Amino acid sequence: MSGVVVKGVSRTFPGVRGGDPVQALAPVDLSVGEGDFVAILGPSGCGKSTLLRIVAGLDRPTTGTVTLDGKPVTGPGADRGMVFQSYTLFPWLTVVENIEFGPRERGVGAAERRAVAEKLMAQVGLTQFANHYPKQLSGGMQQRAALARALANDPKVLLLDEPFGALDHQTRSLMQELLLSIWETHRKTVLFVTHDIEEAVFMANRVLVMSARPGRFKSEVTIPFAHPRSYKLKTTPDFGRLEEQLTEDIRGETIIAVQAGF
Amino acid sequence: MKPLEPVSTTARVVLGISFFVIFFAAWAAVTFGGLVPKIFLADPVTMVREGWYLITNHGFLADIAVTVWRVVGGFILAALIAVPLGLAMGAYKPVEAFFEPFVSFARYLPASAFIPLFILWAGVGEKQKLLVIFVGSVFQIVLMVAVAVGSIRRDLVEAALTLGARDAGIVGRVMVPYAAPQIAEILRLVLGWAWTYVIVAELIGSSSGIGHMIIESQALLATGQMIFGIIVIGVIGLISDFLFKAVNQKLFPWSTI
Ligand SMILES: Nc1ncnc2c1ncn2[C@@H]1O[C@H](COP(=O)(O)OP(=O)(O)O)[C@@H](O)[C@H]1O
Ligand SMILES: [Mg+2]
Repeated sequence: MSGVVVKGVSRTFPGVRGGDPVQALAPVDLSVGEGDFVAILGPSGCGKSTLLRIVAGLDRPTTGTVTLDGKPVTGPGADRGMVFQSYTLFPWLTVVENIEFGPRERGVGAAERRAVAEKLMAQVGLTQFANHYPKQLSGGMQQRAALARALANDPKVLLLDEPFGALDHQTRSLMQELLLSIWETHRKTVLFVTHDIEEAVFMANRVLVMSARPGRFKSEVTIPFAHPRSYKLKTTPDFGRLEEQLTEDIRGETIIAVQAGF
Repeated sequence: MKPLEPVSTTARVVLGISFFVIFFAAWAAVTFGGLVPKIFLADPVTMVREGWYLITNHGFLADIAVTVWRVVGGFILAALIAVPLGLAMGAYKPVEAFFEPFVSFARYLPASAFIPLFILWAGVGEKQKLLVIFVGSVFQIVLMVAVAVGSIRRDLVEAALTLGARDAGIVGRVMVPYAAPQIAEILRLVLGWAWTYVIVAELIGSSSGIGHMIIESQALLATGQMIFGIIVIGVIGLISDFLFKAVNQKLFPWSTI
């Protein structure tokens, strides 16, 4: 089976300082077909990052397995690119050097990786900032560079953990359009984690709603809108109905999460 | 004046220089004013005159050169061993577990207390001086570099892993560049301490160097010369500090943006 297949994956963290172990993730199943764009939606603390980190190979599941194109995931690798919520550009590298990091680690020649970086910088609109250091960029620019850096390896899967979570509303909208247009050109397999309903509906083909901790998939909604999508979609009645439905689904979970004090 | 409010470059320079001016003025006041007897503290003018005398008649510049070479030599030897070891300790926890307890212990062994032992082992020549600087610096650098490297942001390491980096890439292309400005700062700091060790080493059983000159001047009650020697050490320290900072800024422009 091609794409990402998650089978019976759960994660329990050992208790801190003699406390009880924390089950962050109940056993979950998920499959993301090649070229699909799946959003995972859930209240904060429900185990979204935990699941994504397990798919990335940065964390090990307590039970279950993850496979990519049928091969088990045993650790991080260049076939699964990731963009984090926190700003993780390397501060000692310029934008272009950051984007070249992955290809360089894989031994791609200087000319070839520069060509890749230049193409990606043009796509994310950072050509003029190629020689800037991350600290000289705004948050939105940094995340665009991080996206380009992840794409530079031409990964099979793109894992996005609330990459726009720290951005203001307007910048976030533009970033969504940018990501969507990149997906529409590359058709990469995308697993996108967010707590923002509008964001999930706007970009994804499928939205999976996660329950409060320990996270499980509670419901799944197929988003029927054709690509390419325009930002105007957000104000249509159909869009509004989907948003409303998901709001209902997630509201109960958020209340549980808040009451449990996460 | 508000907390953390920046100060302009001109104001910074003026303020910095004013302290030196006040310092020398106060010194001149107590010495010329007769508040302190000349035997205990020479006045600034005498100090400069005796300093000039040292340079022209006693080859004091050669003493300065000898001291600088001892500090730099011992310090470079220490850095060559300590920086790689500190890196290995910061990156690999078993290496840290193996060395850390001993290095933490050794760090508190006072280098100056080793001088008699080193004289026994290595005589009073250059080897002994270098050993003192080496022992005084090496453990400090190891520990501080290990801490600097170990404090690497986890998310940067994880980002590198998802970009396909292997162990060598993580250490060489993430941990080292991340810690490099801190390591440079550590070296600057420890070099400053190395200056105090060299003088102590030269005060005991030495026939050249700034420390040796200071001890000789004491026998002659030449406080002007002694103070001149001390000030020379301060000035050299200031220059090396300045050079270090300039080089760091050149090498790591990203860390000071
Ligand atoms: N390394 C860890 N050790 C212990 N508990 C953790 C760890 N990482 C996450 N958790 C807990 O697991 C739960 C889910 O975390 P996370 O996956 O980050 O949630 P989300 O990304 O949905 O906000 C949280 O309650 C969190 O406190
Ligand atoms: Mg999260």
